[in-house]
Amino acid sequence: MDQLLPQLVNGLVLGLLLFLIAAGFSLIFGLMDVINLAHGSFLLFGGYVGLTVIRSTGNFWLAVAVVPLVTGAVGLAIEVTVLRRTYTRGHLIQVLLTLGLALIAADLMRWNWGAYVESVDAPAALAGLVDFGGVFQVPLYRLAIIGFGLLLAGAMWVVLERTRLGAIVRAGVQDREMVAALGIDIDKVVAGVFALGTALAGLSGLLAAPVTSLYPGLDFDFLILALVVVVVGGMGSLKGAFWGALLVGMTDVLGKAYFPEFSLFAIFLIMAIVLLVRPQGLFGTREAT
Amino acid sequence: MTTSVARAARRNRWAVPALVLALVAVPFVLGTFEVSLATTALIFAVLAMSLDLLVGYTGLVSLGHAAFFGFGGYVAAYTAIHLTGNLLVVLPVVAAGTALLAVVLGFLALRTTGVYFLMLTLAFGQMLFGLAVKWTPVTGGSDGLAGVPAPFVGIGPMSYAFTGRVRFYYLVVVAVLALGWFLIRVVGSPFGHALVGIKDNEERLASLGYDTWRYKMAAYVLAGVVAGVVGALFVFFNRHAAPENLFWVVSGEVLLMVIIGGAGTMYGPALGAVLVRLFESYVSSYTDRWQTLLGLLFVAFVLFAPGGIVGVIRRRRNRGRAPG
Repeated sequence: MDQLLPQLVNGLVLGLLLFLIAAGFSLIFGLMDVINLAHGSFLLFGGYVGLTVIRSTGNFWLAVAVVPLVTGAVGLAIEVTVLRRTYTRGHLIQVLLTLGLALIAADLMRWNWGAYVESVDAPAALAGLVDFGGVFQVPLYRLAIIGFGLLLAGAMWVVLERTRLGAIVRAGVQDREMVAALGIDIDKVVAGVFALGTALAGLSGLLAAPVTSLYPGLDFDFLILALVVVVVGGMGSLKGAFWGALLVGMTDVLGKAYFPEFSLFAIFLIMAIVLLVRPQGLFGTREAT
Repeated sequence: MTTSVARAARRNRWAVPALVLALVAVPFVLGTFEVSLATTALIFAVLAMSLDLLVGYTGLVSLGHAAFFGFGGYVAAYTAIHLTGNLLVVLPVVAAGTALLAVVLGFLALRTTGVYFLMLTLAFGQMLFGLAVKWTPVTGGSDGLAGVPAPFVGIGPMSYAFTGRVRFYYLVVVAVLALGWFLIRVVGSPFGHALVGIKDNEERLASLGYDTWRYKMAAYVLAGVVAGVVGALFVFFNRHAAPENLFWVVSGEVLLMVIIGGAGTMYGPALGAVLVRLFESYVSSYTDRWQTLLGLLFVAFVLFAPGGIVGVIRRRRNRGRAPG
């Protein structure tokens, strides 16, 4: 038992980090039909930008403010200059484009930040352990991630379900042409969602850094998990991203603790079962075709 | 129609003999470095052709082809280290192993199409990579399996070992010509035409009575087996099975070769593979940023010439001979 409880907390931590990544990824897919294979690259980029800010100023909170602005701005620039040209040319071209961008980004980041594993310290205010009645201890930082992730999930839910902007985004996921026909500038909405998704990816890279460290390859490690989350949870669904992320995060952490060699196989198994039983994902409405 | 085919045949009558002659001549006119480069370029040429069977002909864009390439390599290394390096044993084992893997993965991945198929193949490939890195007792972990013996062909008391770069190069030339010829025959067959029909309009083909699921599965298994066999050759070339062979970057690179060369043409991806290997080998001696340059080249092709090199050449030729 004293082993299981901390692992459950760690599963929750990974699950909420995955949610932050998968939510943007899934909304971008739902709204734009774009599988952004560079989504993990934005995550690693955010982590590295944060690392640079922290090293030069020593201030974690400044990095929290700067990172989403930088990755969001880069995301917006890419959407406006390159990605937008491909919307009328089919899925394949878009996916290949983001694959090319991911390859370039991986190489440039290795160039600028090196190939070593870089660890990032949690901010001083969140350092230390929290003791749970002497049974087990959890780093305060991880509890803070859980709290922040839940808060953000709640905020996203409110924006999407309870505001006019959210209604436009949800309508865009359902039928983009119809929304445009109603006189809404859907291009701006799409660009905004892409910028927001990439900002969120960058922020989650920074928040993940004290837990996972930063290294070349982290981009695709997280991209794969985000892919699994949206396949399991259902594309374009916030609810799906949330429950899918928790399921995958828990499975990954518990799998690594109890069957270290086959942890990825446990995730594979979940994905296989979902594909066989419910191909549209647990909360998805569209068939995976 | 017939005249253009006849014209193409007349134009290309000397292409195959010239190619064979050029491949045979390589060790005589070039140095050991170039022979090694040609060996890997040829291996990747067939790997790209096998992916083209899926991407260009069946319309199944896989971003996990390295799974078969790497898996075939591990099976070959394991068999060669623990049993025998006799290719008459190793290659059938590799073919059977990759076929089995393709059936299992295809059973799940082929329930989807389009970008979902791409995502799933990518995820499966990375999971296999993770397994190879973690399952140390069998796969050697991140070190991979080293000490793979030289392959040989043996029947009874007679045997011939492929020691040395040049002998191995000729083994690869024979294998590549045989597999390349086989793939070109496959896409020209009624089976190949059915695959193209699936790519163009799966519903229409299904309504004509074709069991499209079986055709797609057959294409997936065939592409996987060919990739596994050349993966085995790659491991024998390096005498080492490395987890990197399973990594998504390899899948991405092969897809890039297919697109740059021209998907759906078979010889285009082969050409693309050779050019990309040459690019990597020579540009990397000038700059460490060759991967960025390759990525930019790829993005440029995707945006401005999605038909690849062969597509550009064909467009030029057709423009020159406009109202035919």
